[in-house]
Amino acid sequence: MTTPVLSIRNLSVEIPTRQGILKPVDRVSYDIAAGEILGVVGESGAGKSMAGNAVIGLLNRPAHIAGGEIRLNGARIDPLEGEEMRRMRGKEIGMIFQDPLTSLNPLLTIGDQLTETMLTHLPIGRKEAEKRAVAALDEVGIPGAKERIDSYPHEFSGGMRQRVVIALALCAEPSLVIADEPTTALDVSVQAQIIALLKRLCRERGTAVMLITHDMGVIAEAADRVAVMYAGRLAELGPVREVLTEPRHPYTHGLMASTPLASQGQTRLHQIPGSMPKLNYMPDGCAFHPRCPRAADKCRTAPAPTLTDGRAACWFPMVTEAAE
Amino acid sequence: MTAHVTVRGLTRIFDVSKPLLNRILERRGKAFLTAVSEVDFEIEERTTYALVGESGSGKSTIGKMLVGLLNPSGGDVEVEGVNLAKETDGDKVAEVRSDIQMIFQDPYASLNPRWRVRDIIVEPVASKGGDTKGLAEKLLEQVGLHPSDAGKFPHEFSGGQRQRICIARALASNPRLIVCDEPTSALDVSVQAQVLNLMSDLKDELGLTYLLITHDLTVVRHMADRIGVLYLGRLVEEADPETLFTDPKHPYSRMLLDAAPRMDGFGREVPPPTGEIPDPIDPPSGCAFHPRCPLAADICKAERPQMRLIGTSKVACHLAE
Repeated sequence: MTTPVLSIRNLSVEIPTRQGILKPVDRVSYDIAAGEILGVVGESGAGKSMAGNAVIGLLNRPAHIAGGEIRLNGARIDPLEGEEMRRMRGKEIGMIFQDPLTSLNPLLTIGDQLTETMLTHLPIGRKEAEKRAVAALDEVGIPGAKERIDSYPHEFSGGMRQRVVIALALCAEPSLVIADEPTTALDVSVQAQIIALLKRLCRERGTAVMLITHDMGVIAEAADRVAVMYAGRLAELGPVREVLTEPRHPYTHGLMASTPLASQGQTRLHQIPGSMPKLNYMPDGCAFHPRCPRAADKCRTAPAPTLTDGRAACWFPMVTEAAE
Repeated sequence: MTAHVTVRGLTRIFDVSKPLLNRILERRGKAFLTAVSEVDFEIEERTTYALVGESGSGKSTIGKMLVGLLNPSGGDVEVEGVNLAKETDGDKVAEVRSDIQMIFQDPYASLNPRWRVRDIIVEPVASKGGDTKGLAEKLLEQVGLHPSDAGKFPHEFSGGQRQRICIARALASNPRLIVCDEPTSALDVSVQAQVLNLMSDLKDELGLTYLLITHDLTVVRHMADRIGVLYLGRLVEEADPETLFTDPKHPYSRMLLDAAPRMDGFGREVPPPTGEIPDPIDPPSGCAFHPRCPLAADICKAERPQMRLIGTSKVACHLAE
């Protein structure tokens, strides 16, 4: 088997506070292969962005990686610091954030931003970088790339800005792209354009993508595999079709059932009672047990099993009814 | 059934000109942005009417004009038979106004952080000098919170709970119509389900009429009795959810539905929509959608289509059938 582009093993992120140590990411493991899109879903506070930030070394103090390892193309990157980390970021890992306006420098033209990135990370000269910048803009579907290269970010619409951000993330030819809610700030029709673009470019180049989002519809259409996170832990991991149509973890099941789409024709939506526990008030045992309809004594005392081979981190995973 | 709200030819134009000196120096005239252009619709009593559209389609502007936060530039809004813009009898207007309430998108921004929940909830009644004894506690219970929460401050609640507080406040003056502007867009899926269920229950219990403003098609399909699709401030199609989702007549509705991510769309490859929403300061001639429309013919560039009745849907398109 070939080495996956990204391999996370038992990754934990901790934030020491006066009230004790919080664990926004708790022993999470997953791999992403070349050309694969892994969707990471969860509600706010589930730790999905935190895990992404840990990979690219953007955790803000006092949050830090407390355990586990992160491997990129087989080499460990979690101990990297300072200059080494900076060189890898942008070169090996591209990042796409939710808000395209805050991830572009408003004082530089987009051409400057693209060439700067390429000059920093690629062994090419300015002339070549400028040529590639135009090609990159062309590739992400910005009309009139040659003329627009000297425009400033504010001269673009939201969707066009996000295209620029994608061009920027991909211009140094990274092997991994982390897209953190790339379409949440965009309209439906623009979202469809951006997702299609991301899918096409990554397939063509064989880039691995970590697509972090809360939108199950986006996951269904874009991702190959999906990781469902709850309260800092991985609840379920598997091929997207199986996880979404035959969820094994009761949380995934509840999440799917509570989307208005799944409750078609019913007067009421399925409800998961309660809300996600706060990090400083984690229940004993499985973090989901207070909201779980299937919770038994074991769930209240023993922490949920760590996801290794199986699909769901649950003592009593749901067996698919279709199989019976 | 009687129409609770009647909107006719509703138009709102914003003056987005630069300051006078700039205009003189740059030799430019005034600039006007038409946010809402000749919109007609009716909301029947005890139903949910949904307005959907992308950003800049004017859906929130319509909501604001309905509750009186903005004045229309043209056209009429009639609620319970009273024309809010033209009625001269102040008492009548005040009476209708107290029957209309609003729920906003961001439950963090719409609650005063320095007020206790009790004061926030009873404000619509207290400001008119009504009796507020025990009202907050009763309403909190009604929206699924604990009566003792009345003494707390907004920061002690999660997003979903805050939205419940906003709903409680909206219910305080016994309204008949509630304008909900993106009520669940800021919430997580599982919390959204709780809030939407609460809204449905309250509608049945209290006989409420909703105007639901949202961009989320899945929410609309679940909640609405009638849907109006907006594009660049114009109503392009109006239909019941079943018809709209299975048989959209207007090319824009079709594009919007195709573009929306689907839960069963595994690896779906659809050609994404082309183009973007045009500049509302300088909208295209004729039908506003014609530059992006796959069907566009010459007539679409020249003439703005009128609403036509096709089956049970109303469509503003020259070519729809």
